[in-house]
Amino acid sequence: MSAVTDTPPVAPPRKGLLSPTNRRRWENFRANRRGYWSLWIFLVIFVLSLFAEFIANDRPILASYKGELLFPVVIDYPEEKFGGFLAETDYRSDFITDEIEANGWMIWPPIRYSYSTTNSNIPHSAPTPPFWLMGGEERCAGYPDGAADPNCNWHNLNWLGTDDQARDVLARVIYGFRISVLFGLALTICSAVVGVSAGAVQGYFGGWTDLLMQRFIEIWSSMPVLYILLIIAAILPPGFWILLGIMLLFSWVGFVGVVRAEFLRARNFEYVRAARALGVGNATIMTRHLLPNAMVATLTFLPFILSGSITTLTSLDFLGFGMPPGSPSLGELIAQGKENLQAPWLGLTAFVVMSLMLSLLIFVGEATRDAFDPRKTFR
Amino acid sequence: MSAPETILSVRDLSVAFHQGGNTSLAVDRVSFDIRRGEVVALVGESGSGKSVTANSILKLLPYPAASHPSGEIVFNGRDLLSASDAELRAVRGNDITMIFQEPMTSLNPLHSIERQIGEILKLHQDIEGPAARVKILELLNQVGIREPEKRLAAYPHELSGGQRQRVMIAMALANRPELLIADEPTTALDVTVQAQILELLKNLKEEHGMSMLFITHDLGIVRKFADRVCVMTRGQIVETGPVEEIFTNPQHAYTRHLLAAEPKGAPRPADDSQPVVIEAEDVKVWFPIKAGFLRRVVEHVKAVDGIDLKLRAGHTLGVVGESGSGKTTLGLALTRLISSKGRIAFVGQDIAGRTFAEMRPLRRRMQIVFQDPYGSLSPRMSVADIVAEGLKIHEPSLSEAERDHRVAAALEETGLDPSTRWRYPHEFSGGQRQRIAIARAMVLKPEFVMLDEPTSALDMSVQAQVVELLRDLQAKHNLAYLFISHDLKVVRALANDIIVMRSGRVVEKGPANDIIERPGEAYTKALMAAAFNLEAVRSETISQ
Repeated sequence: MSAVTDTPPVAPPRKGLLSPTNRRRWENFRANRRGYWSLWIFLVIFVLSLFAEFIANDRPILASYKGELLFPVVIDYPEEKFGGFLAETDYRSDFITDEIEANGWMIWPPIRYSYSTTNSNIPHSAPTPPFWLMGGEERCAGYPDGAADPNCNWHNLNWLGTDDQARDVLARVIYGFRISVLFGLALTICSAVVGVSAGAVQGYFGGWTDLLMQRFIEIWSSMPVLYILLIIAAILPPGFWILLGIMLLFSWVGFVGVVRAEFLRARNFEYVRAARALGVGNATIMTRHLLPNAMVATLTFLPFILSGSITTLTSLDFLGFGMPPGSPSLGELIAQGKENLQAPWLGLTAFVVMSLMLSLLIFVGEATRDAFDPRKTFR
Repeated sequence: MSAPETILSVRDLSVAFHQGGNTSLAVDRVSFDIRRGEVVALVGESGSGKSVTANSILKLLPYPAASHPSGEIVFNGRDLLSASDAELRAVRGNDITMIFQEPMTSLNPLHSIERQIGEILKLHQDIEGPAARVKILELLNQVGIREPEKRLAAYPHELSGGQRQRVMIAMALANRPELLIADEPTTALDVTVQAQILELLKNLKEEHGMSMLFITHDLGIVRKFADRVCVMTRGQIVETGPVEEIFTNPQHAYTRHLLAAEPKGAPRPADDSQPVVIEAEDVKVWFPIKAGFLRRVVEHVKAVDGIDLKLRAGHTLGVVGESGSGKTTLGLALTRLISSKGRIAFVGQDIAGRTFAEMRPLRRRMQIVFQDPYGSLSPRMSVADIVAEGLKIHEPSLSEAERDHRVAAALEETGLDPSTRWRYPHEFSGGQRQRIAIARAMVLKPEFVMLDEPTSALDMSVQAQVVELLRDLQAKHNLAYLFISHDLKVVRALANDIIVMRSGRVVEKGPANDIIERPGEAYTKALMAAAFNLEAVRSETISQ
């Protein structure tokens, strides 16, 4: 036994972040060029949209007023500060702009509209087309000094036009993308947690537990989700969290089948029996020995569930049962496009953004599926 | 008498597999001949390339991942390697047929026996309808299926393993092949059934004048059954010759190693002064069969039906019997992994009624080693985590360093290099995995270990090493073993006492030597004859 005393150090040798299996999967994922690039493009767009306030906002990011450094993007300053009377400063108004410029400076985001800002200088009645579809005179017709007006610059012009309430479409798309993806992610993660736990319990314990829960799920999943949404929307004011809660009530069911099957299969494996013989408890066996198996199936599922969740939110918004009025939402943009066929940029923008987002997610999903497919290594 | 003509001639055959840019040579320039009416055995351990060689004769490998860098396979003057798919189809199932190891999966579960055999007749001989039925009955009679008329409509799951293998043989014989390739045809079967199948193959070979290529890892079968033998290792044939010559005068070191690999030695002498570790009285495990609308219990499957046993420290109790005789169920009942009736006392404490939580303090003192070293280790945990898992539960006060030290010591004790403990199970061979499984049990310093067929998934030479290891550990820690096995050679090398089980009941029990040398019951006699001499005993007590 003397040889044992000079065994190598306690810590396992560093092999990088990933276990060999996961490294092989990552290699497989990267081998699918389309999925790999889609992931990067999606991540870049998503991270950018997380900082939407710094890209499209109706207030400056940073301002200096009478020697004081202000952060209007994060802090609400009352207008009194600048000699006005409103509770919230409207930095876009000429009065405030002139006042601050006279006593300091402002750094604006590239797009000077938030999702709810109304453009009061539109050349004609809303919706107005993107500025590059209009002539130099026409696009500045709404400003007091016409084309010579200093405010008629590319920060204030509407790159993708305005909707029928004179709000900047580009700003709404940026915020709408963020809220869609966040909603999708939240819904996917929550339903994965609930669905995987339910499936794990069902598969692991089997018998009556399984039978009863299976029957419950059958009844539960045959409920008409849309009607329930309509009824609840009539009682509760729809919002992000309420919608998430209602959707979650029904979406977790999708995960149960896969996880349950995986647990049913793996619970009779000898290493599970071996763990039981060691005295390992049920919860530990489920998380340490069985869950990793089921996670492969679940992870493969995730991108598809994510795009499904996004579509669900969009269609609810389109029907008018989604986010509260005024929220930036792609579904609402589609609805506007349908109402204003004379303004094709609304529908086209919504179409391009939706299809881009969903295609990227599907490509990522395909690559993930390939990465976890053990047979794919034989190439 | 002139030498019979050569019907199959394999020359310089190589097989390479390409995977992810790597190329590995599975078979490296092997050459052998098979003459008419001759049985040639390909012997080797797992991974030696014997099955790959056999499969390439009919080009059954996963092309294009597999390829043949060199060689030719000449069958009756035709090169099969360069033959077209259509030509090959005419040969497959007609001139050359194959039977496989796993009778569970080589028959289509959705087709009846009649349809499976009929398909072959239709395909190659264009016989259908009543004529085919006559032929099928004749074939089933030939392969010794009892009451073939009743079996025609049966599906594979209604047949036992041996019967399924007989059906496979019937299918292989349907077209009166010139060459039968048998790839480990008896490995998945019980010893008694194995003996019957071997006898059947031998008789059929003589009746039909077939040649046979017999692939096996079991030298006993080769000796009994083959005319010539080719010893394979690492993709090469290292020695070829008549069976008698190879067995009496092996030339190559590997052949000598193989011949010497049988589990040997005797168990440690019994010592009745040792304390009793586990004692059971009238243990019963009955699974209810429910029927009818109200799911009333109408009957029971009596997996274990009233067994008494007593096991002292430092002793080994062998439990033998055919598959389905309730050996493993008995082991699981004794370790309280399934519920049972009857009294079970472990180190003086009655454990029969204990719940899982109440059992936990005792778990560290009773450990299990399972049959399948591939299935019993969690593939997503490193060896260190696997071995340490029990320590985390039973000795939670250990520091990280102490635990690691214990893990390293346990691996060392079972003959593994402790520095490999951060690797994952798939990086180890079957024998090493079984050592890991043994280390997982030993790290807790148990008093009683249930060994559920711990050697049957291993190669012969590895079996001998594992038996050796188990015996050393027993001597060192005064362990009590419950050794469950169908392999009587291994049991003989380890057990002090033997229980012979059949249909959940004890047929015979007593000291190991008495039972092996002087079996009393007919069933035990048949078991011993099949295991040690590969002789099939005609007896109603033996399953088919």
